[in-house]
Amino acid sequence: MEIVLISLLNGFVYGMLLFMLASGLTLIFSMMGVLNFAHASIYMLGAYAAFDVTRLIGFWAALIVAPVLCGAIGAAIEIYGLRRVHHNGHIAELLFTFGLFFIFERGVQMIWGMLPVPYRVPPLLDFALFRVYGSNFPAYRGFMLLISGGMLLSIWLLLTRTRIGLIIQAALTHPNMVSSLGHNVPRVFTTVFAGGCFLAGLAGVIGGNYQITEPTMASALGPIVFVVVVFGGLGSLMGCFIASIIMGMIQTFSVIIDGSIADLVKGFGVSIPSDNLLGEILNVPGSRVGPLLPYALMILMLLVRPRGLMGNRDT
Amino acid sequence: MSAATTQTTAVGRFKGHGKTWLWVGLVVVALALPWVFFNYQTGRHSGFVLTMLSQAGMMILFALSYNMLMGQAGLLSFGHAVFFGLGGFSTIHFLRAAGNGTLPVPMELMPLLGGLSSLGFGMVFGAMVSKQRATAFAMITMGIGELVGASAIMFHSFFGGEGGVNADRMIERSLFGVNYASPVQVYYLIVAWTVIGVVGMLFLTRTPLGAMANACRDNFERAQFMGYDPRRVRFFQFALAGGFAGIGGALHAITYEIVTFDAVGAGLSANAVLMAYIGGSGTFYGPILGAVLITLMQSGVSLMSNSWLIYVGVMFIGIVAFAPGGLAGMIEIHGPIARAGRLTRLIVPYIRLFFPAFAVLIGFIGLVELMSFLTIGAAQGKTLELFGNKIDVKAALPWLVSLGCLVPGGLWLWFESRAFGRVWDRLTEDLKERDR
Repeated sequence: MEIVLISLLNGFVYGMLLFMLASGLTLIFSMMGVLNFAHASIYMLGAYAAFDVTRLIGFWAALIVAPVLCGAIGAAIEIYGLRRVHHNGHIAELLFTFGLFFIFERGVQMIWGMLPVPYRVPPLLDFALFRVYGSNFPAYRGFMLLISGGMLLSIWLLLTRTRIGLIIQAALTHPNMVSSLGHNVPRVFTTVFAGGCFLAGLAGVIGGNYQITEPTMASALGPIVFVVVVFGGLGSLMGCFIASIIMGMIQTFSVIIDGSIADLVKGFGVSIPSDNLLGEILNVPGSRVGPLLPYALMILMLLVRPRGLMGNRDT
Repeated sequence: MSAATTQTTAVGRFKGHGKTWLWVGLVVVALALPWVFFNYQTGRHSGFVLTMLSQAGMMILFALSYNMLMGQAGLLSFGHAVFFGLGGFSTIHFLRAAGNGTLPVPMELMPLLGGLSSLGFGMVFGAMVSKQRATAFAMITMGIGELVGASAIMFHSFFGGEGGVNADRMIERSLFGVNYASPVQVYYLIVAWTVIGVVGMLFLTRTPLGAMANACRDNFERAQFMGYDPRRVRFFQFALAGGFAGIGGALHAITYEIVTFDAVGAGLSANAVLMAYIGGSGTFYGPILGAVLITLMQSGVSLMSNSWLIYVGVMFIGIVAFAPGGLAGMIEIHGPIARAGRLTRLIVPYIRLFFPAFAVLIGFIGLVELMSFLTIGAAQGKTLELFGNKIDVKAALPWLVSLGCLVPGGLWLWFESRAFGRVWDRLTEDLKERDR
């Protein structure tokens, strides 16, 4: 029971982190049709920028400076890059961000080196918030929940209570109609792209010291974020939220499952040898299958319901 | 530039049969190349050159088969290495079976077996992906790529885990009595199968399937109205592309006698995208250019510098932004001018473009290398050397020289490229006038 509760908490923290990345990506993807491959690279950049700002000024300054920097980079990518290739179609835009992904990965290695950087939790937040069944729940995870929850609330307020939010919502489902009504859709695009990158940068600031700040963090997290976006469905922030939490829970709960399918049938007196491929697949413990489950779920979702969990149109 | 110019004039002049002779000439060059780098003192082939040429052969098959999806069917796949790798793993197991006598197949037909197994895998996965197109297709192929890539590390009986699977290629069974002990014999096997694969894929573009793949790429709804099922077209195209990639994977297995999880990994899948797009996905021969260029860069540049990824990334982005047709597109665009015999008018503008472009290149490479030696090189204990002189990466001079090349060079290039654009526009205007 205790391990279930702790995993539930951890899964929620991880899911919220995923949502911070995926919410920006899903807004960009739904409006512009661009699947931004460099989105996780912006997350990585946010973590590295936060590391540098923390070293120079302090963590609280990093919490503001790094996301703003990432938002500015996002705006620059949209204005100087994506607009230029826009007339060549969505594939060209996707490939443009695909190229950016390589440059960011190598650029980060060139500036900060190949090894992880010591970006740590600030001492002010480095204590145990409460104890559940004898194990500590770090205060920093509570802080992460606070930040991501606050972000969720402000996004919701922005989208439903402000004029720009209404235009964004309209552009999500009917981009052509919005431009016909005389709104400056390219500027809305830039705003959303910069906003998405701001959120990714913020996720990098609070996620970089929760996980490890290293050059491979973008390629490790990037595919999972895509899975969340496709699984949640186009044009739906709610679907994206549910998908993020599901993926977060899968990642944390699979770690604690030791058994395999072979163990399951062993109870019925059947033993499966693991010397061939099928036997091996059946004998793999759940904890090792965990990282694969999101991809399997995404493939299943695309086969059964291509519009995703709560999407309003096909991917 | 001059090579590209002569090639286009050659194509222009001998239209029709000229292209066939160009292909034959390329095969002759491929056959002769190992002897150009033959060391007559020691009586040995250059191992480095042979490995590079062999690698280029496999990558040509890989990139061309990828372009069956991207260029010809408009399907962006991020998991094409799955079929390259599975073909390789199957071939390794066939080689082991042949080695202990249970599989009486001659060496020359091993790539066919590898290709057929990949075709089988292509049909299985093709049934799953063929319902999708556009971004959903990219995502589902990425998912399959990640699944197979992770499985390759996890399962030992087929993939060998982290160590991979190895085999001995000297199976003592051959159609021509060759034992494939030396790399040059393997190289000729690769040339033969690359030619078979290229001809096969060229043939496929002339079949109704190839035409329908193009139709479904350009307007799949219209293709549907005409009574064709885009799903079936995608399925066949996907499975066949997998099969040809499998031949490449089989050649990989035969050359290196080991296949590891890298062969199905996301890195190789990304390479397929880079090769096909940089070479030019709009033409049949584009990916061949891309495969050769990327292989040369990968083995040549990585000897001198460890930042080849950033060069490829910048080149890729530059091509996406400025020349969506890739290298082949840049060659093709000179076609009408060459046919009109006006290509000589572009020589001077190109020379004027060359100098600022060269300065920008030098400045950019300088900055990248200085930067990477400041961090990565220092961590590895390496020092930057240029023509035998050690360069202090912490001194101001090399940075200033690089910046001095990059910034004024960039401005100069911008100025010259506008002038070049004016010359180009006037030339195409003239051609239009003449046609009228």
